Amino acid sequence: MGRGAATTFAENLRDSDCIVIEGSNMAENHPVAFRWVMEAKRAGATIISVDPRFTRTSAMADIYAPIRPGTDIAFLGGLINYVIENDLYFHDYVVNYTNAATIIDDDFQDTEDLDGVFSGLVEYLGDPINGFEFDYETDTWQYRGFPQTRSGRQADAEEAGEVEDDDDDENDLPDSVAGPYFEQAPDGPPFDDLIRYKRPDGMPEEDPSLEDPNCVFQIIRRHFSRYTPEMVERITGCPQDKFLEVAEALTENSGAERTAAFCYAVAWTQHTKGVQMIGCAALLQLLLGNIGRPGGGILALRGHATIQGSTDVPTLYHSIHGYMPHPTTLSPHESMKNYILNEMQPTGYWANLPSFLVSYMKSMYGDAATEENDFGWDWHPKITGDFSHMASMVRMTRGEIQGFFCMGQNPATSLNGKFERAAMRNLRWLVVKDIFETESAAFWYAAPEVQNGEISPEEIDTEVFFIPSAAVGEMGGSFTNTQRWVQWHEKAADPPGDCRSDEWFTHQLALRLKALYEDSDDPRDEGFQNLLWDFDYDPGEYPDDTRIQGEPDTEKILKEINGYLTDDPDQHLRGFAELRDDGSTTCASWIYCGIFPSPDENRARRREPDPIDTPGSHQNWAFSWPDNRRILYNRASADPEGNPWSERKRWVWWDEDEGRWTGYDSPDFTLDKPPGAEADPEGIGLDAHSGTDPFIMMGDGKGWLFTPTGMIDGPLPTHYEAAESPIENPLYQQDKNPLTKYWPAEGNEMITPGDPNFPYVITTYRLTEHHLSGVMTRWLPWLSELQPELFIEMSEELARDRGIGNTDWVRITTPRGSIRAKALVTRRLRPLVIDGNVVHCVGMPFHWGYMGVVTGEATNDLTSLVGDPNVSIHEGKAFMCDIEPA
Amino acid sequence: MAEPMGFFTDVTVCIGCKACEVACKQWNQLPANEGGAPLLSGNSYDNTGTLDGTTWRHVRFVEDFSEDREHGRWLMMSDVCKHCVQAGCLEVCPTGAIIRTEFDTVVIQSEVCNGCRACIPACPFDVIDINPVNNTAMKCTLCYDRMQAGMIPACAQACPTDSIMFGPIEQLREQADARLETLHQQGVDDASIYGREEMLGGLNAFFLIVGPPEWYGLPEEPRLPSSNSLGGEGFMGTISAIVMVVLGAITFRKLGPMRRRDEANGTRLDDPEFAHEDSPPQA
Amino acid sequence: MAVKSTRRTFLKQSGLLAAGTAAGSLTSLGVDLGTKRALATELRIRGAQAYPSICPYCAVGCGTLVHVEDGQIVNIEGNPESPVNVGTLCPKGAATFQLHVNPNRITNVLHRSPGATEWEVWDLDEAMDRIAELVKEARDETFIEQWEGVDDEGNEVTKLANFTPAIFTLGGATMANEWNHIHQKLMRGLGVVAIENQARI
Repeated sequence: MGRGAATTFAENLRDSDCIVIEGSNMAENHPVAFRWVMEAKRAGATIISVDPRFTRTSAMADIYAPIRPGTDIAFLGGLINYVIENDLYFHDYVVNYTNAATIIDDDFQDTEDLDGVFSGLVEYLGDPINGFEFDYETDTWQYRGFPQTRSGRQADAEEAGEVEDDDDDENDLPDSVAGPYFEQAPDGPPFDDLIRYKRPDGMPEEDPSLEDPNCVFQIIRRHFSRYTPEMVERITGCPQDKFLEVAEALTENSGAERTAAFCYAVAWTQHTKGVQMIGCAALLQLLLGNIGRPGGGILALRGHATIQGSTDVPTLYHSIHGYMPHPTTLSPHESMKNYILNEMQPTGYWANLPSFLVSYMKSMYGDAATEENDFGWDWHPKITGDFSHMASMVRMTRGEIQGFFCMGQNPATSLNGKFERAAMRNLRWLVVKDIFETESAAFWYAAPEVQNGEISPEEIDTEVFFIPSAAVGEMGGSFTNTQRWVQWHEKAADPPGDCRSDEWFTHQLALRLKALYEDSDDPRDEGFQNLLWDFDYDPGEYPDDTRIQGEPDTEKILKEINGYLTDDPDQHLRGFAELRDDGSTTCASWIYCGIFPSPDENRARRREPDPIDTPGSHQNWAFSWPDNRRILYNRASADPEGNPWSERKRWVWWDEDEGRWTGYDSPDFTLDKPPGAEADPEGIGLDAHSGTDPFIMMGDGKGWLFTPTGMIDGPLPTHYEAAESPIENPLYQQDKNPLTKYWPAEGNEMITPGDPNFPYVITTYRLTEHHLSGVMTRWLPWLSELQPELFIEMSEELARDRGIGNTDWVRITTPRGSIRAKALVTRRLRPLVIDGNVVHCVGMPFHWGYMGVVTGEATNDLTSLVGDPNVSIHEGKAFMCDIEPA
Repeated sequence: MAEPMGFFTDVTVCIGCKACEVACKQWNQLPANEGGAPLLSGNSYDNTGTLDGTTWRHVRFVEDFSEDREHGRWLMMSDVCKHCVQAGCLEVCPTGAIIRTEFDTVVIQSEVCNGCRACIPACPFDVIDINPVNNTAMKCTLCYDRMQAGMIPACAQACPTDSIMFGPIEQLREQADARLETLHQQGVDDASIYGREEMLGGLNAFFLIVGPPEWYGLPEEPRLPSSNSLGGEGFMGTISAIVMVVLGAITFRKLGPMRRRDEANGTRLDDPEFAHEDSPPQA
Repeated sequence: MAVKSTRRTFLKQSGLLAAGTAAGSLTSLGVDLGTKRALATELRIRGAQAYPSICPYCAVGCGTLVHVEDGQIVNIEGNPESPVNVGTLCPKGAATFQLHVNPNRITNVLHRSPGATEWEVWDLDEAMDRIAELVKEARDETFIEQWEGVDDEGNEVTKLANFTPAIFTLGGATMANEWNHIHQKLMRGLGVVAIENQARI
């Protein structure tokens, strides 16, 4: 929905009337957030757990619906079909706030027409490192006559008179290269003319009656018509009566008076169609009118202390700060102008991209970034393809990677662990920084293949460093939690010995590299020489209560993230509205702008909660990006006239007397734009939105039921089988997501559907008592005693079939690996009837490895490098295995 | 005299996260079992097994599923010292190490305990054991140190779903009754309060459970040790009670322990009736 | 819900950075603390300073208090002030003390030479110097200014890219935002593009 984050916050679940927990085992993995679910339950809310296993979340639920791993789109699609066919959608919300009425291009063809694929599917001809076999051309997915969501290059193609039939014409410009459309575009700054240049005329075509066969609503109705309760049962194994119980509870608790929320976690992301699963829930929640409202929304339950922050402040290859795409050689990004033209949306808030980008470039290269040198655009590296975790490991296998910084992460036991350990043996050097000696640090002597003599340490030519790390209480800084709250943690004590903060390490490395490159006159070092690096404490400011020297000033770092006036750095920026596209503002992250509005006000450090039991959003506790908003798109909590949909669900509303939006939260809307304001058909940015367009990040201001852009594997979610599954797709000829990312390689073999040698569906997960690969828990006796050994959970029926007793050793095998674990035989798992046959599902936690107070084999030795096309996340939640007594 | 304080632990909202176990070990700096590396028990998600000298909160797991899964419940209960109003351990302690505090809780003073083990079989709930670190009998103190400083006990503070509630006993009993009524209205017919006043004068750490007490390793009718059957230990128990009175520690509610010990009427703790077998329907 | 509503009150009066002992919660529960005590137990955090912190495990963002005495961490528990967790924690959060105070922690830099069978303890500065040299070496050997390759449609294109494909950095979701900022900045400044963290798994 335009922002990479949860739309709500956990405490707000208290206001929910129904909470569906699917793709998440919230009670086990986010027990404290689950507190608010329990509060809702005490107040009468219905709690629903949809999960292959009966978990500690299911134990607290009013309704438990079992499903086969990886079939969530079938389940959610069934709910969408139920909502539409029974006219249970929130009509006024859907018509006004979503793109239900918008007309789609006449050439669009749905999976219904093409037996499981959308129009535009083509063979992928790019570099195999990108993992694709197929790709989509998305021209036909656009709004009819209003390609406002097109990329600059699509516009270029149209401008140049290239039409689809000409695709084979060798005179065509490649899509990756700027053509005349780009050349003719006005440059900036200011970039307003460039924005206008890209803005299509008028507004998208709509049919508010929702009857036009090409309107989004009708397309969705047809698309999901196959997802009947019978089909849901056939695919997911969830009995129809259970499914209908869920459907009734959800719809009875949605509407003006009531709201329902969804909570998900990585059981919706670790799939070859993970983004579509989440999109499917968003589609359903929009139909029910549950987005932007108290007790509604979709709560992404993320799994690391600042996994949200490290996505916002991206240590990720595909994006630069604030969700701007990383410049790439695969798109027309030859200049800043071309990048802006290609990536910017002329309508909606993203029209401000030029200000965000120029301010970011100023944060990179400081005074050296000038209008004359395109703000240092050429210095900034361009990606040339997929450099995600999986692709990088494949590159490492090929010997293309010499050096590896492995900090606070443990690839030796993750995503096809054996493959990754083999890849690491090709490294020239490896730097591991962690609190304990991790499996990755010890891969050269303690890995199973070394222990069993397959390979000896002498054969491994990698130079390895282990830098001991400070723990959280030993360093100051901020984390962004799963609901976008940025909270500061104070340094309480010095770390022991040579343990150092992460900031110390990178700062010291940077200072050394700066010195090493200081005297270079090679032009290619110019960018690094100009890289702004001003994080030392000011003279006299270094803290005196520490024995450690050389720490950077973390608040100076936060200041750069927040932004300041380029010519007067003591003037911090107070919000992203102050950003300019001419270089006069310096700001790394536009979405964090306002977190540090003056030198003495670090808002991540604010610690004044609202009083207990008052409606509110803790505006003075920490900082919530963007602009301290706690519920995103909260203008939708009011009806088109600006009044709360109901007294019970009051959150943000229009105050006629004051002429502004007000409420319990920071309004996520232009403060003084009245509900009756009309969109300017020529306007750019938010001027193109009316007073009833709550989704300000979207070009048309609407919540997208149908996504013309942003999803590379289809504008609508469709059920596909997992890359490894027990059956062929009962829905369509097309079995799996055609855009599935996969890297064929030795040690990364996959099976085909129904392979009798691997008959059991396996899913992997976390336990409350451990964290991730176990580095932060298996070295702690207080936690290791709670779950000391790796186990595999299986039903009594399967255990009986295979002659396995409780706590017996079992061998689990996939085409990638084979490991041992103890059986935990339980009725919490159950056989499912899938497409007429009994299918057994087993489950394994993935917290073990070969280092720690307790050790065990690595479950991830079973998984593969195969994943989601949109985000390159692997499919660890649904694959196939064999088990036997060991 | 302070108001009697205690725990009300509600099984129906326990998510079995074991935060209480760890928060207790953290605050009281207790070691993990077997260096943190016991074997997988196979008993659902319970691997610490029992309350003992180093585990003062322990989460039990009961898997209650019919074979066809039409009926299915996974029950979790955070067990703890019951801080009995009539406390067997306190009766038998020969050194006066076990006292009743101003909060009407039962605390073993480690510096006084000589490790004689008399209290271990005297507890009808199998709560106490020797802490191998200091070789004295240990158990939950209801965070006596924190209470004295105005702080909530570590386990209750940590509990994310308020399954463990801490407060004045009277208030907790009202809450428990209200909760029980709600559950009965919701059709949870086998919900009940374990540890009302008629049980050993009332357990100051009491429970709302579903299903029979046996599922949670709780005796149906816990009894106190008897002077008849326990011989010398009864004598020592008397001494302990006297020491306590001399210390002038606390006024008892209902002056329970002495009288009730006589009523215990010769039943030995190793009587099969009190065998503390975990007998959940399916584990 | 007496307990719920008092979770937050108890440290209020003393202020978050004051010593961890404060009367309040029991008083508000109607308990008279003025009576005689059986035994005056010493609260082990009586003289400690409490620093507000955040739990380092999952992304819920529970507030914690780190108690420090004489420069040593002596206790870590939930912060009742935090609206995220009102003093509660899960078992991992409750064990955060042991993440810090733990004999299994390695406190020296370890180095393993190519082909070696043992770790060696190294000086921190020496290690940092060596790592900087290795980074420079890898970058200088592999830096690509003009990239020649194929785009998504298989067209051969040549473009200015100014990057090195030979250095990979992984991790960030468990570190502070400030680290993420300077680390991605340093890496991108050098031309490193293979920058990844746990959001991908």
